[in-house]
Amino acid sequence: MKKQKNGAGGTSPAKRKGRVVRIFKRDFPLWVFVLPGLIITFIFSYIPLYGVQIAFRDYNPTLGFMGSPWVGMKYFKRFFESPYFVTTLRNTFILSIYSLIAGTPIPILLALALNAFKHKRYTKVIQTVTYAPNFISVVVMCGMLNLFLSPSSGFINKIIESLGGEAVNFMANAGYWRHIYVWSGIWQTMGWNSIIYFAALANVSPDLHEAAIMDGATKLQVIRHIDIPSILPTAIVLLILSCGSILSVGFEKAFLLQNPLNAGVSEIISTYVYKVGIVNANQSYSSAIGLFNSAVNAVMLIIVNKIASKGAGISLY
Amino acid sequence: MAKAKTKVSNKVKESRADKAFDITLFIILTLILIIVAYPLYFVIIASISDPQAVSGGDVTFLPVGFSLDGYAEVFKDTRVMRSFVNSIFYTTVGTCINLIVTIPTAYTLSRRQFAGKKFVTFFYMVTMFVSGGMIPTYLVVKNMHMLDTMWSLIVPGAMSVYNMIVARTFFESSLPEELFEAATVDGCGHTKFFFKIALPLSKAIIAIMVLYYGIGHWNNYFSALLYMKTESKYPLQLVLRSILISNEANLSMAVTTPEMQQALQEQQALVDLMKYSLIIVSSIPVMILYPFIQKHFVKGVMIGSVKG
Repeated sequence: MKKQKNGAGGTSPAKRKGRVVRIFKRDFPLWVFVLPGLIITFIFSYIPLYGVQIAFRDYNPTLGFMGSPWVGMKYFKRFFESPYFVTTLRNTFILSIYSLIAGTPIPILLALALNAFKHKRYTKVIQTVTYAPNFISVVVMCGMLNLFLSPSSGFINKIIESLGGEAVNFMANAGYWRHIYVWSGIWQTMGWNSIIYFAALANVSPDLHEAAIMDGATKLQVIRHIDIPSILPTAIVLLILSCGSILSVGFEKAFLLQNPLNAGVSEIISTYVYKVGIVNANQSYSSAIGLFNSAVNAVMLIIVNKIASKGAGISLY
Repeated sequence: MAKAKTKVSNKVKESRADKAFDITLFIILTLILIIVAYPLYFVIIASISDPQAVSGGDVTFLPVGFSLDGYAEVFKDTRVMRSFVNSIFYTTVGTCINLIVTIPTAYTLSRRQFAGKKFVTFFYMVTMFVSGGMIPTYLVVKNMHMLDTMWSLIVPGAMSVYNMIVARTFFESSLPEELFEAATVDGCGHTKFFFKIALPLSKAIIAIMVLYYGIGHWNNYFSALLYMKTESKYPLQLVLRSILISNEANLSMAVTTPEMQQALQEQQALVDLMKYSLIIVSSIPVMILYPFIQKHFVKGVMIGSVKG
């Protein structure tokens, strides 16, 4: 009876087992293929995640992640009460919102302009040139900024002088720091960031353009009513994503452009994490600050995604 | 007749507004071109100009004088040369490891029949949204005894999830399931299919991966800053930092007499010139690859954006 029932149910346990074994045998090479990546990712992404708990402990290398004494919110409190909390948080927010507001529209405008421009050869030249700075390393970029902005020999000051102005010591003046940071970033990435919009524009059906022109639309109207709506979804998704990393503005560039004269505006959370954790070797305190940073990022991503999904019906998940 | 007439007049009117538009567009784009290209051009002409002219700010559109002193200084600097060789080595080994880890994973995740697909994808997705942060990662590298070895620059970042997804998307579209099924009928397993059919068909994506990872290694300075301690093992970017940013060129003289001041000024001019030459030298590998890269990277961005 029992046996029969199993038979009626389709697969017997033995058969099912046989199938699992067969599938595993078939997929075995695939498991070998994914194994190295899994191991490396486990060690260098998952163990650090587990190690984040040192933010709540007094980390001691000999005792390890688990053995170090639990201190709860001690380091978070210390950070919230320190004068650096307000300074670094404010600097980070201003810098990244400034980058976002100035940096988002420019690649879009560039893509729109390139798409509307009919001389294809010249378009290619502009693309080739504007993509290039994206491959300059941060170190070289900052070195170039130091050279170009130098008050004695930099060409930017020479231009200012030839226009009748006076040479400015940009790097020694904290007031210029954010502008230098943001606009050099735009200079470097606008071409590269425009690719994705350019690709979205290439997908717009030419029929739409032709129909609009037949109806007497000017080129500007075509851009406003056809091109912009068609890349809006892409733009919003990218905007949501960059809001999610609002507190993780690049450590590298801020760190390299930092000097004692501009530390008041250039000390951001990530550079502070580096100084506390690596230079002063206070690992627990530093991890607490880093964890706070990630938490704010996650909250920002959720909030902005909510706004976008309510306002424009576009959501990441 | 009337219809044709209105059409013609319409066309004339339209082309006037559009002509103004085209001219404005041309001016804006040319301005952008100049803004992006001039600094790059300036580095090139400054690097071959006379040191005094460079530090005096006399170089504008064409090289002033001609001197390769800057390049001579770069090649005399043992730190630069040694780290250049180091960087080439790290980049080559690192990129090979990246490929060995990334390509098979991407291939596997592109196979619909792979039973662990959901699990493995989720495993990687998690790491895109949360990370342990700088210090816990540093401690893991330290506990693995990788500090101050080239492995600290290569192994922790061996798998970039973003790049893997780009490659996976490529495999999904270029290696349809039917192709594999046909091969299976002829007695071909996954291993054979991967090496004999998938790889030869995927030269484009391999090129994109080599470029993305290779440039990443070449330009990377943050890991080296965190993990490398011995100067003889420094990659190029770290040496560039000390010369270009921290100004640690070999200048040490007490200035007492006017002659010495003169000499110091000359040396400072040479140091400035050397910086321009150094920027060029450090970009040579990327510059050689650039024309070749350009064909592929746009494609890479497109594949990456398809994932949605």
